[in-house]
Formats: sequence, structure tokens, C-alpha cells
Amino acid sequence: MPIDFESSSRDLAPELSIGLYKTMLRIRLLQSRIREEYPKDEIKTPVHLCVGQEAIPAGVCANLNKEDYVLSNYRGHGHYLAKGGDLKSLLAELYGKKAGCSRGKGGSMHLVDVDAGLLGSSSIVGGGIPVATGAALSASLQETGRVAVTFFGDGAVDEGVLYESINFATLKKLPVIYICENNFYAVCSPQRDRQPLNNIYERFQGCGIPGYKADGNNVAEVYCLSKKVIEEARNGAGPSFVEFQTYRWYGHSGGETDAELGYRSKEELEDWIEKCPVKNFEQFLLGKGLISNEDIARIRAGFMGEIEEAVDFAKASPFPDEKELLDHLYYE
Amino acid sequence: MKISFDWDKKSVEKEEPGFEHKSKPGARKISYASALYETFDQLLSLNDKIFIMGQGVDDPFGMFGTTLNLHKKYGARRVFDTPLSEEGMMGVALGAALTGMRPIYMHNRPDFLLVAMNQIVNHVSKWSYMFGGAVGAPLVIWAAIGRGWGSAAQHSQNLHGLFMHVPGLKLVMPSTPYDAKGLLVSSVLDPNPVMILEHRWLLKHSGDVPEKLYQIPLGKGVVRKSGKDLTIVSASYAAIESMRAAEELSKDGIEAEVIDLRTLQPLDEEIILDSVKKTGRLLVVDTGWRRAGAASEISAIVAEKGFPYLKKPIRRVTSADVPTPACHTLEKSFYFGVNEIIDAVKEMVR
Ligand SMILES: Cc1ncc(C[n+]2csc(CCOP(=O)(O)OP(=O)(O)O)c2C)c(N)n1
Ligand SMILES: [Mg+2]
Repeated sequence: MPIDFESSSRDLAPELSIGLYKTMLRIRLLQSRIREEYPKDEIKTPVHLCVGQEAIPAGVCANLNKEDYVLSNYRGHGHYLAKGGDLKSLLAELYGKKAGCSRGKGGSMHLVDVDAGLLGSSSIVGGGIPVATGAALSASLQETGRVAVTFFGDGAVDEGVLYESINFATLKKLPVIYICENNFYAVCSPQRDRQPLNNIYERFQGCGIPGYKADGNNVAEVYCLSKKVIEEARNGAGPSFVEFQTYRWYGHSGGETDAELGYRSKEELEDWIEKCPVKNFEQFLLGKGLISNEDIARIRAGFMGEIEEAVDFAKASPFPDEKELLDHLYYE
Repeated sequence: MKISFDWDKKSVEKEEPGFEHKSKPGARKISYASALYETFDQLLSLNDKIFIMGQGVDDPFGMFGTTLNLHKKYGARRVFDTPLSEEGMMGVALGAALTGMRPIYMHNRPDFLLVAMNQIVNHVSKWSYMFGGAVGAPLVIWAAIGRGWGSAAQHSQNLHGLFMHVPGLKLVMPSTPYDAKGLLVSSVLDPNPVMILEHRWLLKHSGDVPEKLYQIPLGKGVVRKSGKDLTIVSASYAAIESMRAAEELSKDGIEAEVIDLRTLQPLDEEIILDSVKKTGRLLVVDTGWRRAGAASEISAIVAEKGFPYLKKPIRRVTSADVPTPACHTLEKSFYFGVNEIIDAVKEMVR
């Protein structure tokens, strides 16, 4: 089934649509560049790419202010960029450099950009969920009008901490949005081997939290649904749970295709590549005349240049001093 | 430097005089991971109460190859994937263990055990004692410690000190393929909860492993290399590093005695004290954190019970008391290597 951009983007201003496209494209291009670099073994940290899933961070974060909070996970490059994280600091972190967002201490799985509202990323599945809930509690106690968003996978919804967090957030009407990026796999384990039903979004409704499901490869749909739930949260109506269905193109970690392992079929992967969130939205914008091929070439070239510059910066910048091993254990 | 498992002829085991580590001509050399795979296979066919659960045990990676395709051989009822619900699943394993089954619950990293702490510490390890021995919890918790490639703070923790602190839990840390097999068998057959912490870097090592099932008793260490100058106490990957260091030191005429504890709980105090009595010097080498860790406990035991034997203060070589950093240059300073052990020994025997 083709992605229905027509109806979902009805209310989107052209600049907004183009903005969403650009965010997705930037995330995609960055990851393609990382895939090229990774086999050189200079990036010495496990990378978990979100190629195929770009519409979710792009559509969600377009509704967030800089002051709003995001808690991410190990698959966080998209969340980081979409929330406004600094590109050079991200690449420097991947290369383990002192200029990295975590000064080389975190690696790809532990991105942070406090100024951009990204409070941190956990590589323990479900680790960020209660933390986002706490950030929302803080926003509520301080009446800042901020909201908190946390991203996690379909595997993470089986962690008890999600239930505990949702119960509390709903009880206190906290401004937090739980975003499940359902890519149907946890490492090599298909959803059907872990969950009796394909109904993640319905699971928590009994707690009193609204649960929604949408096409995670349709950036316009992601944007519109996120807009609604984020506005509600900001206006004091409490939390929401959203399941976006999507697909990861490459292995759980690293930049290789892995259909040959046999846990998912090549046909399934190819179907989802057909549903590429970036390419299809680009086609849609072209068809609508909102963007031209020249525009696209210019935008791409701009991002590629920026990414290249960041890669060069990361490679050229120094490793942390040995003395830094013992630094930052306590915050100063 | 290549590690050989052709242990010194003198390194006979204290309690098992019939066994010898020396690689015999014609002996079967297999990898550590293959030894585990074979043992799981044999145990599953030995007794149908034994079953394996854990994230990815039935996936194409098969838990580093240790469970690869066993679900096809024994069926999905006995080898199965679990939801990402570590605390819940730990309790599920406990419930099964209390009622006649022998669960083996596998995790690819010990870091994820922290999510199951409530069940492990408040329930699993206390069930026998808390109910006056009314019912036992014969289960195995298995995990492989990660290291390197920017695994960072949440994917490479050496948490054995934490678990060693908990009464009621047995704690196994093998270093050789031979031990991995024999200790796994003893762990599964033990009537109590046993945690096995493997080290991922060991999984590719190889050594002599008999095909038939055999047991290595829990609570018995082994002298890997005998020596008169100093005692090195270690386990798991630290035992390998200690052996490498000891081999180097031999070239300089320093003979270190290397003890591989094999299990941290129960702890073979006797083998440590006997050795320190002979050498008068103790160096504890441990992959864990220094503060309040396994090395601290071992040092305390010797300070309490072997003080008169000591000619020099006890020393510890451990990783730094910080979380694991991601970048490889900092990783290098975080982990100790053979050189740190050698330096410590040289200072102590000077
Ligand atoms: C508590 C915990 N258990 C297990 C793991 C190992 N692990 C890392 S990612 C992952 C799969 C998670 O799948 P999902 O939540 O669907 O997210 P995805 O990777 O698909 O984005 C697993 C099992 C972990 N990091 N933390
Ligand atoms: Mg998933």
C-alpha cells in the first residue's frame, strides 16, 4: 500500500513539509556516511542505525521547542539530530574524541545535548522511559510548560518500567509522550515471538492513557499525530502513548544488511525499502510542485558538505587526555 | 602474545589429583564457546527438566554460538526466546525452579541483570534461607561480560563484586574451556541458584575438553602455575592475564604462583591461604572495580587469616573505579593488562 501523504499532509504548510523532508534527509545522509566510514574501523563503538525510521524523529521533534526534553536510546542518531543536537559533536563522539557530545566517554549509544533538550540516551532497554517521566514531573512542578518525549522500541514495551511510568504519568497528568518505534524486531527476535498480539498502542489504555497508532513511515502523519498529543500534554491534558510502525533496514547494530541471517525475509525487507520514508515523501513533494529537482540537489549538497566537514573535524580532533579517565565521575 | 593452555605439569589440581590440564597428544581441542554449546546440548538430552530461556537463545547468533539451533533439536518448549522483561522472567525462572524444573536463564550481558536485581537479590538468593530450607531454587543465571569496541558504561560491567556480596547465590567465573564445561555441569546440577559470569574474550579461546560430561566442584580453585615468590589470585579473564604475566616474569627469574579461583562463591580460602603461607606475598588481580569488590574481599580474608604469613602489604590490580569509557584510548587506561600485573609483581618482590 502506498503511503497516503495526500490526506495526512492536507493541513501542512509547504515550508513545514519541506522542513520535515530536510530533517529526514539529513538523518539519512548522516547515516549513509557513517555506513561508509564504519568498515574502516575508526569509529570504534557499536552503531545502531535508524535508516528506514527517519520519519519518526523528524515528525515528532518538529513539534518540540528547544526547551522541551527528549530521552533517547542506543538507536539515537535521528532523535539527536531532529532535536537540534550538534552534528560535529555527534561525529566527534562516534570517533571517541574529546570534542564529542559526551567527551568520548559515551560513544554512539550515549548521545547528549543538554542545550538542545536531549538529556541523555540509555543503552539499557527502557532505561530512558522513567527518566522522561521525571523530566515531565519537573516541568509540571515548575510549571514551565515544557513537555518530555521518550523514544523506545517494540521490545522495550515489555519492560515493566514502562507500565510503572505510564501509571504514574497518567495519575499525575504529566506532560510526557511515550513514543514506541515499532520496527517489529528486537535484535533478531520478531514481535510475534515476544508479544501475543500486534497491539502495542492498545496495551496501556486500561491505565487511562490514550493510545494511538500511525504509519511511522509517513512523516506527515507522524507530525500531525504528534502535534495533537504534544499540544494536549502542554495544555495539561496529560500523557499519551503512540505507536509508530516502521522498519529498520540494516542489522540491529552496524551498517550491514542482514536478511541473509534468515530471521527476516529479503522480500519483507524489500517491501519496506519500497516504503522508504524519505524517498517517498520526496516524490510526493516533487509531484506537488513544492520542491524541484534542483532544490533537492542543492539541499543534498548542503547537507553532504556539512556532514563532510563534521567528519573531517571529528577525525582531526584529539582524543581525550588520559587524565580524563577519572574526570566527570561526579558533576562539578 | 599467544596464550597456551599447556599448563605447567606441576599445576595439578588440589582436589582432583586424577586430572591434568596439560594438552595431551590426541586430546580434543575445541573453543570455549563450543565447549559451552556441547555442554548445553548434553545437559538438555540428559534430563528433560533442564530448559534454556533468554533473549536471542534461538536466534541466528545463538548466544555467541553457545545455544545455536538447540531450539531445533529440543523444541521451542525447552529452548526459547523471552520478552525484554528481565525482572519478570527472572521470577518466572524462580517459580519453575521451585516446582521441579531446572531453568537456565541466559543474558548476553550482565548489565541487564541489574534490571532483575529485585528477583535475584530479594527472591532467588533468599528463597532457601528465608523459608528455613523448605524449598530450593535450582536455577542457573548466565551472562557474558563485554569488553572493548566502545561497549561503554552499560555494556561492559564486571559486576561479580556486587553479586558476590549477596548470600545465597553461588558465583562461577571460569577461565578455560575445560572449566567452562565442568563448572556449567556442576552449576546446572547444583540444588541452589548459581550465577555464571563468562568473559566474552574467553569465548574464542580454545583448549582440551573431554567429550563426556564431567563436573568441576563449585568452591574449589586451582593452582595454574606454582611458584615461590608471590601469589597471584584471580579468576576468569584475569586468570589468563595473570598467567601471561607469570610466564613473562619467569623469564626474569620471578616465580609467581597463579591461583584461578574458578568460583567466587563459595570461595576457596584454603587454596589462597596455603599459597600465601608459602610465598608471603599476595597480589589480587580482578577485572572488577577496586572499591568493595571481589579483590577487596579476598584481601580482607588474607589480612584476617593469613596476616602472619605476609612479608609485604597486599596489592590489588583492578580496573579503575569509574564506569567504562567508550573511546578506545580511555578504555586502554581503564583496563589493566599484563604490564600492570608485571609491574605490581616486580615492586612487590623487590
Ligand atoms: C534491559 C536490556 N535487556 C537487553 C538488552 C539487549 N538489547 C539491546 S537492544 C535490544 C533490542 C531492543 O529492541 P527494541 O526495543 O524493539 O528496539 P530496536 O533496537 O528495535 O530499536 C536488546 C535485546 C538491553 N540493552 N537492555
Ligand atoms: Mg524493535
